[in-house]
Amino acid sequence: MSGIVSRLYRGEVNVDFVGRRKLWYGLSALLLAVSIVGLIVNGLNLGVEFKGGSVFSFKAPSASIEQVRGTFEEAGAHQVIVQETNNGWRVTTESLPAQEVTKTQKATADDYGLRQNDVTVQVIGGSWGGQVANKAVIGLIVFMLAIILYLTVAFEWKMALSAIVALFHDLVITAGVYAWSGFEVTPATLLGFLTILGYSLYDAVVVFDMIKEVTAKLGTTSKMTYTEAANNALNHTLIRSLNTTLVAILPVAAILFIGTTLFGAGTLKDLSLALFVGMIVGTYSSLCVATPMLVTLKEREPRYQALARRVASRGAGSAPDKGARQPVAAAAANGSAPAGSVADGDKRKKK
Amino acid sequence: MLLALLALILAMGGVMALNKAFTPEYGLDLAGGTTVTLTPVTPNGGAPSQESLDLAVNIIRDRVNGNGISDAEVVKSGDNIVISVPGAGQEEVVKLVGTTAELRFRQVLAVGEGSPAPPGQMPTQAPTPSAVPSNGKATDGGEGATTPAPRSTAQSSPSASPTGRALSSALTAPDPSATPSTEAETGTKKDATDRRAAREPKTEAKDGEDAPADRSARRAAKNAAAPSATPSPSATPSAPANDPLAGVDTTGVDPKALERFKTLDCAKDKGQGAQDAPDQQYVGCSQDGSAKYILDKAAVTGTSIDKATSGVDQTTGEWLVQLSFKGQGPQQWSKVTTTAFNSQPPRNQVAMVLDGVVISAPVIQEPITGGRAQISGNFTQVTADELANQLKYGALPLKFKTDSIEEVSSTLGADQLRGGLIAGAIGLGLVVIYSLLYYRGLGIVSVLSLVVATVLTYESVVVLGATAGFRLSLPHIIGLIVSIGITADSFIVYFERIRDEMKEGRRSLRAAVEVAWARARRTILIADAVMFIAAVVLYFLAVGGVAGFAFAMGLTTLIDIVVVFMFTKPFVALLARRKFFAKGHKLSGLDAERMSQSSAAPTVPQEA
Repeated sequence: MSGIVSRLYRGEVNVDFVGRRKLWYGLSALLLAVSIVGLIVNGLNLGVEFKGGSVFSFKAPSASIEQVRGTFEEAGAHQVIVQETNNGWRVTTESLPAQEVTKTQKATADDYGLRQNDVTVQVIGGSWGGQVANKAVIGLIVFMLAIILYLTVAFEWKMALSAIVALFHDLVITAGVYAWSGFEVTPATLLGFLTILGYSLYDAVVVFDMIKEVTAKLGTTSKMTYTEAANNALNHTLIRSLNTTLVAILPVAAILFIGTTLFGAGTLKDLSLALFVGMIVGTYSSLCVATPMLVTLKEREPRYQALARRVASRGAGSAPDKGARQPVAAAAANGSAPAGSVADGDKRKKK
Repeated sequence: MLLALLALILAMGGVMALNKAFTPEYGLDLAGGTTVTLTPVTPNGGAPSQESLDLAVNIIRDRVNGNGISDAEVVKSGDNIVISVPGAGQEEVVKLVGTTAELRFRQVLAVGEGSPAPPGQMPTQAPTPSAVPSNGKATDGGEGATTPAPRSTAQSSPSASPTGRALSSALTAPDPSATPSTEAETGTKKDATDRRAAREPKTEAKDGEDAPADRSARRAAKNAAAPSATPSPSATPSAPANDPLAGVDTTGVDPKALERFKTLDCAKDKGQGAQDAPDQQYVGCSQDGSAKYILDKAAVTGTSIDKATSGVDQTTGEWLVQLSFKGQGPQQWSKVTTTAFNSQPPRNQVAMVLDGVVISAPVIQEPITGGRAQISGNFTQVTADELANQLKYGALPLKFKTDSIEEVSSTLGADQLRGGLIAGAIGLGLVVIYSLLYYRGLGIVSVLSLVVATVLTYESVVVLGATAGFRLSLPHIIGLIVSIGITADSFIVYFERIRDEMKEGRRSLRAAVEVAWARARRTILIADAVMFIAAVVLYFLAVGGVAGFAFAMGLTTLIDIVVVFMFTKPFVALLARRKFFAKGHKLSGLDAERMSQSSAAPTVPQEA
């Protein structure tokens, strides 16, 4: 165990991410399927802010927030937002059917010695419904197009496509967690999704940047196929990916686990769960979905197909996975610094 | 670089001190706020159409949260609209938001005293234009485009006096009956608004930006104002008190309008909120009720407004609203000013009518062709900002009256905020421990970078809260904590690059730091660009809370770049000169074992 840690510490790892792409694709397909089924069967438990709800107003000067919340939860409301106003209490719940409303009114009146008429009920629309949601969707679509354009210019369209696929992968799986857990989707959750969106792309871009750098040195004389070069690049950024994820996820995990257990549910839970799941899936997808997909796309290019054939014929006899380790040396010989640094480690291992 | 960063941090601290703001402004969920319920008033008393209600919700949302960062919410509740604005004492702002804001520019056809004066007092009360030059304000042209003769008396009283303030708030009071209560409230809210005004220099800055264009407009206005002492016939002291038509040129005036003009008593009803049909002549009062006007058909309407900003007149220090027109607007505006310019007094004035009330009626001294105009009318910063906002986002399709105003508590207890902060602090503490364990000496750099990022983030949030109305909600806070974590990625990328360089063993640490930087910089910029594109697109296309969050996201991305470029890199370069790091001390994070150079290689990696 400590061996693994210490090898990670020194960057001496070589996991065949790309070679096991069937495994990853299978795993991702399974996760996606489960998520989509969850979304279809259970749907998302949208909060009052999206769907609107019922607002109860009444006066109960001696009550405390906890008491009021308790009264409403006992009466059967699931999403209870309690506010104190200068005119008494204002409690927002999900849209309740008529008899539930009466029941809640009665329970409230009983608890605070009021007449049932003293508890007024209003129907309220969603503050995040309608236009806010529509515009957010439009914003997202434009954003996707802008990112595809940007990545196409900065890298190439195959990378852009892979990054976007990975992004959808992350969002669907995170949404699936919400569908299955039945956690309420509030504006906070939505903002968590937006953060994932940024994070997932950010992570993919850092990985792709390294792949671009390593594979740029692949010439016709190279002893490494695109697949192998990409896999090398992945291993090269593996430490970074793990470190970054750990550093970004520690605060989120603290908020999710410590915050939620100590201070109860609510916004903290809504937001941090989305972030927690999204970041883990985001890191996974950069390594195991985006890159293998990119490799699949790239290996179809004639020049990399030719390269793959040449490497295969040259290295005939030696095991294919050896080939994955060896070629870096060639890159190093080309004077390529970053690939070469991996090579040092690899060469040593072979001794 | 490090010094520049220090200067930046201190400068922002200075801005904080200037604004006397040391804590961020919190959003609705954390600070509570003011909730106002607006009920639509339809001419026939029936229910308004859902489309017009939805449109009204959208316009009001733009007005209260046009920049997306104020965390205000607008909700439809049955046929009512509920507006929630964070922070207490926001009644005035919220109320202004619900006004219709129909703006029309109409040429003045006739002017009269606001109400029939009691015979004995007539001579002293008559608002003669001669008062204008005597108070010295209008003669230096400072009044800008707005020196309607009858208003001069009100104008000359200090704007902070109760009357002045009451007038300005009456301008936008939602319905006539509300005027007295507004007056009373303004008195009590005065301190709060003044403090706000003192803390918000943003519009002034904006004014500065617009300056060149404005100046020409203002020059035109100045020219217009200077000789405006031309006595308008209606105000001649000799006019018989009881005949409002004395001295009025009635050619071209619709008889119906004339009839209304005769009977109109501005002291009783200023007609606030009256629907003035743009294609008909209109009879209306000035906002202080001291004058009444017969106005021609609307020459330009509020729908032609392209931009509206609030600003300060640089000579008088008076708040005003600057407009620029779009579409047909510039031609229409130039046409009406030309017509007015070629007319005899009082027809050389163009009245600006807002929701049925004449808020100013400047004398036009030369045709204004630039498609720009400015409105003044005893504004405070709050009312000028608000009017600019209203005009910018268009008029409401419905009229509303304020149903109820409530102060509401936060939706999340203080326990949630504390919980989030404590948990976030624990999380960041773990990050610190991890960095130190993993990167050892370099870990200090990452910890300090995180501290710098945190300080910059906090300062930005406070400064934006004080100057631009940025309000932090709990999701923002969590988002910021997470972003600080993501910031760490930038230097992880950098550190890993340094390590790569060192592993090759060809370079000294000092050289490696530079070479690695060149590589890491590219990665950091490309990755941050993605985040920034996300933030910009969502900020401009989304509304409400999504836009606010995108704003925070963009902010932290910028801070990330600032920290990495101005702190992490220079600091690492500085450390690289020290023996401790350059020689690869075991605790420096750059030791031989860590770098797995060949010399250290054969040992089994057990001691890590």
